[in-house]
Formats: sequence, structure tokens, C-alpha cells
Amino acid sequence: MSYNTDHGNVITVSGLVKKFGDFTAVDNISFEVKKAEIFAFLGPNGAGKSTTIKMLTTLLHPTQGTVTLNGHDTTSDRNGVRKSIGIVFQDPSLDDDLTAMENMEFHATCYKIPHNTRKSRIEEMLRFVELWDKRDELVKTFSGGMKRRLEIARGLLHHPAILFLDEPTLGLDPQTRNHMWSYVKDINEKEGMTVFFTTHYMEEADRVADRIAVMDHGRTIATGTPSELKAKTGAESLEDAFLTLTGHKIREEEASGVDRMRMMGRVWGGRRR
Amino acid sequence: MDVIYIMWLRQLKKYFRSKSRIVGSLGQPLLFLLAFGFGFGAVFKKAGAGNYMQFLAPGIIIMSVLFTAIFSGIDVIWDRQFGFLKETMVAPVSRFQIMLGKTLGGATVASIQGVIVFVLTLIVGFRPHDLILLPLGAIVVFLVAILFTSLGIALASTMEDMQGFQLIMNFLVMPIFFLSGALFPLEGLPKVMDIIAMLDPLSYGVDGLRFSFIGSEAAFGMTTDMVVLFLLAAALLGLGSMLFERIQV
Repeated sequence: MSYNTDHGNVITVSGLVKKFGDFTAVDNISFEVKKAEIFAFLGPNGAGKSTTIKMLTTLLHPTQGTVTLNGHDTTSDRNGVRKSIGIVFQDPSLDDDLTAMENMEFHATCYKIPHNTRKSRIEEMLRFVELWDKRDELVKTFSGGMKRRLEIARGLLHHPAILFLDEPTLGLDPQTRNHMWSYVKDINEKEGMTVFFTTHYMEEADRVADRIAVMDHGRTIATGTPSELKAKTGAESLEDAFLTLTGHKIREEEASGVDRMRMMGRVWGGRRR
Repeated sequence: MDVIYIMWLRQLKKYFRSKSRIVGSLGQPLLFLLAFGFGFGAVFKKAGAGNYMQFLAPGIIIMSVLFTAIFSGIDVIWDRQFGFLKETMVAPVSRFQIMLGKTLGGATVASIQGVIVFVLTLIVGFRPHDLILLPLGAIVVFLVAILFTSLGIALASTMEDMQGFQLIMNFLVMPIFFLSGALFPLEGLPKVMDIIAMLDPLSYGVDGLRFSFIGSEAAFGMTTDMVVLFLLAAALLGLGSMLFERIQV
């Protein structure tokens, strides 16, 4: 498999810039992630993490710079990239009006999983996240934790080389959080799948990440293993290291149009929830 | 091909699962049929224009197709709000296939809605004039459905949230319906109204369906109706997929 990775790096970001008008959200960042690594991408709100992830996952075009994932360029070979990645988004991205099984089948069709292995693979993944018994129930009847598990099963369905997890444990109880990481680490070890994740829980990053990049004001301000970061800042915990690196000031984020709409949806009682 | 099919299937499943939505969406056509059909029936007859229910029914069928189609297209905004759009946007499939599947699904749903309203018109006393021409009516309905589902997707692709929705309802969908000749004959109208009706795509759908269902003389001619509907449906399908490709989530 080394033909499509360069020097064992499965993600190579170089000179990445994203500007929205005058505002520079991502300001010339570069980093690499090695194959089978669990890589944490940290930063305060508004640091540019989401914008970076969107560029890495082909949802946004970079203003400048290049991103290579699993040997594919994210602008010139988007489908190559898309086949190589699985994503669990920060917000749910399931169809609530379909059953768990139908959501999985939809995904299997989009990723062209061959018909002869499709059924068994879906069963395997649904059993893996312990949702096989709920397969024919509508997703809207699921709890937050169940939805998250289903998204993980779906993200892993097509054997991605890289799994992106954007704040995957937000709002989950410790039990579900532990379960989730045990699934992910299991596949990471068995299949050599690279994991790229963001989180605001520093102890989580400390516990699971092999390496960490800290981003602030659109730049990566530190990269290294958790112990390297702690040593560098002379901090006891990763949380303290993070605060030393990024300061104590609280960041405000502008509400996007989608956020506003979600609010409105909630006020109206929502159509589908 | 598989992707187009699964998108289409998804639209249908969602439609048949929302029983309350189906029932709810029959209220408006029923109200129009009863209030206008019986309300204006006597005046229409007195004016020597014949049976108003016969005249009105094709217009109301097209109306329900128009509304269902536009809403099926605008659904993209809900997919965006509830995140599902992202799942399709990062999948290794062309957006054109996704858009095409969604359009065909929305158009199928709108056509089914048209059939249901057709049954409703039969109940309140509408009688199609010639059964042989019914398939022609079905084609008109499907073209109208494709046209407006694509328009819905095109509009939704440029909208971040539901803020502009009222605007679209009041300044686009309602005028398209009311000025199309669905409720009144397009004869002896003031010049301005005449021109507006000619520019309104729905007029051709109403005209075509009326010709197929009651054998009335087509105001624009059946060939013109079909050609206009076909070209507009193709153009909007193109526009819809162009704008859909540009969506950033």
C-alpha cells in the first residue's frame, strides 16, 4: 500500500490557506499525519479547525496550498479522496425518516460496496456498534448516543483509510464515549486505519491521541505527542498545556445561517424532531 | 445509476411514511374544488361558459402537482439543516446523479399527488371527456412535476436557510398558480394579463392537461404546450444541477 502514501504519510497538508473575503480563516498551515496514527486536532472555537476539516474532506476549496490524502489531491482528485475517507460530523448527518438499515444501505450504494458483500458488511458494522437489533427502527426514535454509534458504523462501512471524527463525543455520557473509542481503536489497530479527530475534551486527546496539533487564529501553533506538548509548556496536564498555548480568553463565534435556522427550527418545534 | 435509484427511492419512502402530510396536502385542493367549483359554477354557467367543475378540475390537479413539486425540491434546505446533505456531498458520486435522483423522486411524488387529487375531482363530480387522452395528461403532469421540482432545487441551492421561503411562496409560487389560467379561461383578458399568462410556465401545463382531460380547445395548442414544457423542464433541470453543484455545506 506504500505506493499511494508518501513517506508513510497518509495526510499531507502544505501551505494551506482559506480566505473568506478579507478574513483569513486558515493562514498557511502545514502538517503531516502518518498511516495508522490517531491524530488529534485541537484549538479554541473559531481557530479554523472546522474550515480545515472541510478542506480536508473536499467540502471546501482551499484558497491556496495543497492537501494530499491517501495519495489523492483534494482538489484535482476529489472522488479518490472521498473513497478513502469516512466522516463522523459534529452534527448528525443521518436521515431521521429512514431506518438504521436504510441509512446504511444508502451509504453502501454511494460508496459502491459490492452487492455480494454488502449485506454481511452492514450486519457486521451494525453488530459492532450494537445496533443490529434496532436495524429496522426509524432513526428519529434513536437517542443521541445511538445516532452517534450509527454514524460511526456508517463511517466505517466502506473500510476507509482515514476516519475523520469532528467532536465525536460531544454530549455523550462517559459510557458511550468509552464504547465509541473502543470501536474506533479496535479498527485502528486491526486495519491500520488512520484517525483524525477534533475535541474540546483535553483528557480525551491525552488518552487516545498519538500526536496532536494545536491550532489558533488560523495557524498551527504546536505539534507533537501529548507528552512533548506538556514538556514544551512545562504543564502538568494537557489542558494546562493547551491553555498556556492558546491563552485564557474566551472566543466568540459568529452564528452561521445554518445555526440560526436550527434555532428557528427549535422554536417552531421542528418538522422532523 | 444505483445512486439515482436510491435517491429516488428515498424520496418515495419519505413521502409514503408521512401519512399526515399526504392527508394534509389534500385539504387545499379539496377546498378549492368545493369553494370555487360550486361557488362560481352558477355564474360560469350563466355566462355560457359551460360546467365550471369540468373546467376547474385540471387546474386544481396541476396546482397540487406544482405545490408538491416545489416543496419536494425545496426539501434540499431541510436536508441541509438536518445534516443529511453533508453525507451525500462527501460521497464519491457526482452531484449531478444526486440531483437527478432527487428530481425524479420529487417529480414522482408530485405526480402521485396529482393522481390522488384526480381521484378527488372524480368524487366531486369531474368526468374526463376521453379516456384515450388520459396518458397524454399523465405526460403533461410529469413534465410539470420535473419542471417545478428542478426549480425548487435550484432555489433551495441558493438559500442558506428558510428565511426566503415566504418570499418564494408569495412572490413566485402563488403568482405562478393564480396567473396561469388554472382558475379562469385565458380569453378576453387585459393585454397585460395575457402576456403574463404567456410567460407563466404553468399556463402551458394547465392548458395541456385541460386539453387532455376535457377536450377543450387548447389556448396555445397541444404541440406548443408539450414543447414549451419539455424545453423548460430540461432548462431548469440544467440550472438546478448547476446551482446544486455549487452548494457548499
